[in-house]
Amino acid sequence: MVPVFFVYFSVVSILAGILTVSLRNPVHCGLALLALLMHVAGLFVLLNAEFLFAVQVIVYAGAILVLYLFVLMLLNLKSDERYLHTRYAVILFAGVAICGELVLLVLRSPFGGARGDAPAPAVLQDGNSYAIGIKMFSEYLLPFEIVGVFLLGAIIGAIVLAKTPTAADMEQE
Amino acid sequence: MVPLSAYVAVSAILFATGLIGVLIRRNFIIVLMAVEIMLNAANINLVAFSHYLESMAGQIVALFVIAIAAGEAAVGLAIIIVVFRGKISTNVDEMNLLKW
Amino acid sequence: MTDLLIIAIPVFPLLAVLLNGLLGSRYSHDVAGRIACSSVGLSFAAALIVFADQLQTGAVREVVAYRWIFGGDLTINLAFLIDPLACIMLLIVTGVGFLIHLYSIGYMHGEEGFTRFFTYMNLFMVSMLLLVMGNNYAVLFIGWEGVGLCSYLLIGYYYDKVSAAKAATKAFVVNRIGDAGFLLAIFLVFYNFGTLDYTQVFAKAGELSPKMATAIALCLLIGAIGKSAQIPLYTWLPDAMEGPTPVSALIHAATMVTAGVYMIARNHAIYDLSPVAMTTVAVVGGSTALFAATIGLVQTDIKRVLAYSTVSQLGYMFLGCGIGAYAAAIFHLMTHAFFKALLFLSAGSVIHALGGEQDIRRMGGLKSKIPWTHALFLIGTLAIAGIFPLAGFWSKDEIMAHAFVHHHYVLYAMAATGALLTSFYMFRLTYLTFYGRSRMDHHTAEHVHESPMIMIGPLVVLAGLSVIGGFPGVPPENGWFQHFLHPSVAAGRAEEHGVSLGLVVSLMGVATLIALAGWGGAHYLYSVRPEAADQLSAKAPAAYTTLLNKYYVDELYDFLIVEPTKQLGLVWDWFDRTIIDGLVRGVGEMTEGGAWLSTWIEKHVIYGTINVIGYANHVAARVWRKLQSGMVHHYAALIVAGLFILVHLIIVWWTTGSVGIVALK
Repeated sequence: MVPVFFVYFSVVSILAGILTVSLRNPVHCGLALLALLMHVAGLFVLLNAEFLFAVQVIVYAGAILVLYLFVLMLLNLKSDERYLHTRYAVILFAGVAICGELVLLVLRSPFGGARGDAPAPAVLQDGNSYAIGIKMFSEYLLPFEIVGVFLLGAIIGAIVLAKTPTAADMEQE
Repeated sequence: MVPLSAYVAVSAILFATGLIGVLIRRNFIIVLMAVEIMLNAANINLVAFSHYLESMAGQIVALFVIAIAAGEAAVGLAIIIVVFRGKISTNVDEMNLLKW
Repeated sequence: MTDLLIIAIPVFPLLAVLLNGLLGSRYSHDVAGRIACSSVGLSFAAALIVFADQLQTGAVREVVAYRWIFGGDLTINLAFLIDPLACIMLLIVTGVGFLIHLYSIGYMHGEEGFTRFFTYMNLFMVSMLLLVMGNNYAVLFIGWEGVGLCSYLLIGYYYDKVSAAKAATKAFVVNRIGDAGFLLAIFLVFYNFGTLDYTQVFAKAGELSPKMATAIALCLLIGAIGKSAQIPLYTWLPDAMEGPTPVSALIHAATMVTAGVYMIARNHAIYDLSPVAMTTVAVVGGSTALFAATIGLVQTDIKRVLAYSTVSQLGYMFLGCGIGAYAAAIFHLMTHAFFKALLFLSAGSVIHALGGEQDIRRMGGLKSKIPWTHALFLIGTLAIAGIFPLAGFWSKDEIMAHAFVHHHYVLYAMAATGALLTSFYMFRLTYLTFYGRSRMDHHTAEHVHESPMIMIGPLVVLAGLSVIGGFPGVPPENGWFQHFLHPSVAAGRAEEHGVSLGLVVSLMGVATLIALAGWGGAHYLYSVRPEAADQLSAKAPAAYTTLLNKYYVDELYDFLIVEPTKQLGLVWDWFDRTIIDGLVRGVGEMTEGGAWLSTWIEKHVIYGTINVIGYANHVAARVWRKLQSGMVHHYAALIVAGLFILVHLIIVWWTTGSVGIVALK
């Protein structure tokens, strides 16, 4: 059963990705992005990463995408005729070439590496969230805190950037 | 069983798609969306390796990536709003003040 | 001591040349004249001492003054040979030369180029002395050329007269033609003997084949013909009368023109080997004697008559050499020097008296006005005509008698006819100049005056010599003179004896008759019945004009030789101007072209290269400028591209060790 789901999720993801970058209307692009995000989440499930699946759906699809749509609505962009660059053919060709080469490279490369310390049965026994929690708050505590600070900075930055300039700000300029 | 290389191949294709999108689209918001696609492709790669190499590190890093993507999206969009306030269009071609 | 004196003989005049030539402008003409004359006088004194020594010892002296060329095959020294022949020549040259120098002090008085004149005269003396004293052909040739040069300088003394300049050039050029033959002879001598010394050459002369001897002799003869004005190279001598009268006397009567005779006498050893050459010499001499005498019959310039007379008398000397009577020829050379110098200088006195008039048709009746000159001129005429017992009689008679005795009857006839004509025209000259009615114009007639003592004095000495100068050669072929010269000119030849006294006396009588006949004819035509001369010339107008115009020989030479040579010269000039100068100009133009090419290359190629580099920079910059578009997504694209290439290269490198477009297993 797993390969079937894998094929379905990956194909749809790729299609969604292609649609995202090629649709004319920005809102349609956003919706395609949504589809992509959901199917990537599905891929996570297949990989036994349930916590990540949940986070992906909640944060990525639920918060970030919504934010995008909010801004799209806010800006009320018009979809104009010329939505691609003048030289899109060149980039398309180059991009397809890069893609092809990467795939070839991947398919022919032998993958190997050191095994970690979380074999599948151990994870399944306690649950994915438990495993992530254990690791996060012991080994990766510092990066966790830093990301927290980063998010704080992002919030403050976004607010500061996007707030309506008051009369005082106008004088300063 | 699905081999690891399949997941990595999917990740590669998605990454290439995102890349093309970054370079091809004129609307800046769509460009940011394409960046999200790239980040997602990276996430798939990380999680696949985490699963096949039986290590938690990949998933944890993927978590971090999502968090950072969120922050970056917020700031990026804030910048768009600021730019949109100054100009009528968000057309990338017309933002060429970096030229001398 | 004698050796030193021998070397001193040409040195005295040489010193005078250097003094007068370099410093002459600093002192007066008097001093210059004294320096010049005393140098020749000292040379004469030295010559006398050398002669006395020669008489005493009878030994031939060879003195080397300077070792000039030596080493290898060729040895030529500046050396002198004193034998009887050289002694006689020395005495003539220095003695007569001294007298003429004294005369010139008076004749050239007041001339601006006084010092120049004496410088050239002394230079001539140096050359002539070298010529007669040299002991080898080289020194002879040096003297030979030297006298030719001085002849040119002195004939052209009045250099602003075109006719004088032309005459000088003519003399030099005609001389040169003879010199070419002379040089050939010298080369032949060296080729045959390997040396140029007289003593060695004459000692081995017997080894020559007759043909070679003839060749050498004839070549030498060509030189002699040029120098001594024989047919066909005589045309320069009459024109040489353009020079001052002392020059005519010294160079063209007494000394230079006799160099040819001296040279033949010196080379008698070679001539004796070639009967052909000797016949040629005799024929040339005889025909010249007759030919020149005929021209002299009708000339109207006093000096021209004397000039043709000189040519004629030189012919006698050549005749004498040609029949083997070398001593007689030298004897005639000596007597001729005396009376010809006397005649020329007296003519100069006449010209001086008449203030420059030289045409005898405008003279006459001068006998009473300039008695000294008249007497001296008359003595000279008597001598040259061969009147007994003056000098000319003895020498001329000896040559003619030798010819008759040795059965050269044709030559004898030519000589006799010539003697008749000589006597005739010389007395004609005397009568027309001094006797009869005066044909001078009034102005000249009033200023006729006798010449000063400095001019008359030497003439008296010469007159005395003309009278007694024949006696050293008496009796003919047996006198002191002939015996003295015998070792020089007759060594190796059998003595000729056995001529009866009766024959000798009758021949002398015939000679005297001839001379008197000439005198008588002239007396009749010019003194008794003057108009008969014009009648005679009117009866044969063609003959008269031919003689008057010297048989048109000068015109013939002009047509045959001078004009073609001038044309050839023009051809060479064209060649030089067009081709050679064209080549030179061509080279110049090539250089110009090269310079133009350099400039062009510099302008277009070099600057072009520099400009191209700059232009290429512009073009490249225009292309590269597009990179800086200011648009971020362009930069992003570049970053991606670069990154991809880098990563791709790294991966491929690590897996396969080569650079491949696509990764392979």
